[in-house]
Amino acid sequence: MGNKILMKGNEAISEAAIRAGCKLFFGYPITPQNEIPEYMSRELPKNGGIFLQAEAEFAAINMVYGAAGAGARVMTSSSSPGIALKAEGISYIAGAQLPCVIVNISRGGPGLGNIAPSQADYFQATKGMAHGDFKIIVFGPASIQEAVDLMQDAFDLADKYRNPVMILGDGMIGQMMEPVEFKERKKIDIPPKDWATTGTRNSNGKRRIINSLEIEPEKLEELNLILKKKYDEIEKNEVRYEKYLVDDAEIIFVSYGTMSRVVRNVINKYRKEGIKAGMIRPITLWPFPKEVIRNIAKNNISKVFISVEMSLGQMVEDVELSVNGLKPVYFYGRAGGMIPEPKEIMEFVSKLKY
Amino acid sequence: MGKIVYKKTKGLTDAKLHYCPGCLHGVIHKLVGECLEELNVLDKAVGVAPVGCAVFAYNYFNCDMHEAAHGRAPAVATGIKRALGPDSVVFTYQGDGDLASIGTGDIVHAVHRGEKITVIFVNNAIYGMTGGQMAPTTLAGQKTTTSPFGRDPNHCGFPLKVSEMLAQIPGAAFVERVSVHDVANIRKAKKALLKAFQTQIDGKGFALVEFLSTCPTNWGLTPVESIKWLKENMIPYYPLGNFRDPYKEGGN
Amino acid sequence: MPKKGKVTFDIDLCKGCELCVAVCPVKIIALDKNKLNRAGYHPATILQMEKCIACSSCAIMCPDSVITVEEIE
Repeated sequence: MGNKILMKGNEAISEAAIRAGCKLFFGYPITPQNEIPEYMSRELPKNGGIFLQAEAEFAAINMVYGAAGAGARVMTSSSSPGIALKAEGISYIAGAQLPCVIVNISRGGPGLGNIAPSQADYFQATKGMAHGDFKIIVFGPASIQEAVDLMQDAFDLADKYRNPVMILGDGMIGQMMEPVEFKERKKIDIPPKDWATTGTRNSNGKRRIINSLEIEPEKLEELNLILKKKYDEIEKNEVRYEKYLVDDAEIIFVSYGTMSRVVRNVINKYRKEGIKAGMIRPITLWPFPKEVIRNIAKNNISKVFISVEMSLGQMVEDVELSVNGLKPVYFYGRAGGMIPEPKEIMEFVSKLKY
Repeated sequence: MGKIVYKKTKGLTDAKLHYCPGCLHGVIHKLVGECLEELNVLDKAVGVAPVGCAVFAYNYFNCDMHEAAHGRAPAVATGIKRALGPDSVVFTYQGDGDLASIGTGDIVHAVHRGEKITVIFVNNAIYGMTGGQMAPTTLAGQKTTTSPFGRDPNHCGFPLKVSEMLAQIPGAAFVERVSVHDVANIRKAKKALLKAFQTQIDGKGFALVEFLSTCPTNWGLTPVESIKWLKENMIPYYPLGNFRDPYKEGGN
Repeated sequence: MPKKGKVTFDIDLCKGCELCVAVCPVKIIALDKNKLNRAGYHPATILQMEKCIACSSCAIMCPDSVITVEEIE
């Protein structure tokens, strides 16, 4: 029986990281995630870890790159524009096949934007994190409890697949307070880090090199194919989602994170009126739950898909790809930190033809 | 059978260096290898390679190596050193574009933190790998492919004096500028580099050695002519000497 | 009694840069224009080994670790 404590999202995420074995944190202040470096600066050293505030987000991600290469469980956090600054470093980490956890507490954009919550970093996280053919695993928690539970998985999957893993939250998840329980997590089998640069005295004199440069196209293609094989395996094994009242639903909402909480509300309202609405809530944004959406699109019950996002339409493209023309797909969203409310969503749906 | 008084250091691998004929990167590499070998720290060393002519440095130093993005080596080295702790010898090897252009922020902050790493900074007043463009260290009046009429400080600024800049920072424990253009200077450079590594081993703080070097290919000179050019043009602007020495300054 | 030395060149590593030629105090090194090594360079060679004083200047200056120096009695 666990103990529930009321915690702010950013702080709970940090505590969860420490409990998941995070040993080093490199970060930089940016609203609305500042409580993460602040919490880490207080608590990580107490738990035998090292906190360092870097001079900028790109410095932080390169410190992560170094520490990850030296075999450590390491993490960074930022928000939207700061994640953009980390892009090059994340590509290097993925190319060198290193594990790390990156937390993005998204805010309004583009540019300086604002500090309100948003979901306009979906493309950044799942499609265009940086240059080159690579993917990062992206989790989109919808509650602080879920974020806390996913932190252990994030570190484990990062080590298991030797790949960056992102927790894509938003200003709401970061700033609100909810009761949270830190459960005892089961550990998964992680291969030994026999590639880590800890000094040749630890490897019988055999040198280890961390890099992503391959001048010969044949060799670089080989590396890319290794990455592809890894991503295929992740797509096969690590898809996570929640089905909420979809089995008999005609109106299928697709929504993640904070937005999904409002959509859940909308569905409950519909159900009270006898309208059969349901939701697929992706928990992994990459790998995206294409198959479950496609299967629902194939059935005789579903009539329409609506992607609801705190953006001008990013995840909707993945919904369209998954539905593959079998049923109509619509989008509703707000930008700049505005959060769609149940009334406006339902008004939008009422005008749809399907 | 005579007594061998000079042979290739164990601090370098068997890989053939790809540098241009007469490029002094090779000399500096030898010194790094020799120092790590003589200090008996090869098996606890991790080096960070730059982007530049020395991008393949991870093939040459006989220890664990980590490639870094352009300019980011001090940050990468910070991550490695903080992960491995004091019983490690972490060094970066960077050129003038890497350290003094894109990497200025990274190096300044690593020095401020007194990061216990050793930085080998190779200053040859030009961008080698990309074909001879102006570097932050290119001298006033020097012609390069992006300063074809000679560098005009009024237009694009004065050359950076990295050692002088960094030496002012409290976190800098050891800073020295050396040259490797002749045997006497190579010997002095090695002494400085040994001290720079010892500074890290003794936990005294940040150490940097700035090596004045040549780029015969992009200077458009033979290797022997380049030596002369370095002596006559670079040393007057970039004076050799020690700027910080923890063993002379005392304290911890 | 001045030292006597013997130097060996791993000639396939030589790039013909002539830095060793420039620094040898007894001027006994030159490029062998009659020879090309595997990389297509004229490698450095010793003209008069008996004059070598085992100062190691050539080996210290060589960027490519071509030279090994022995002191002989």
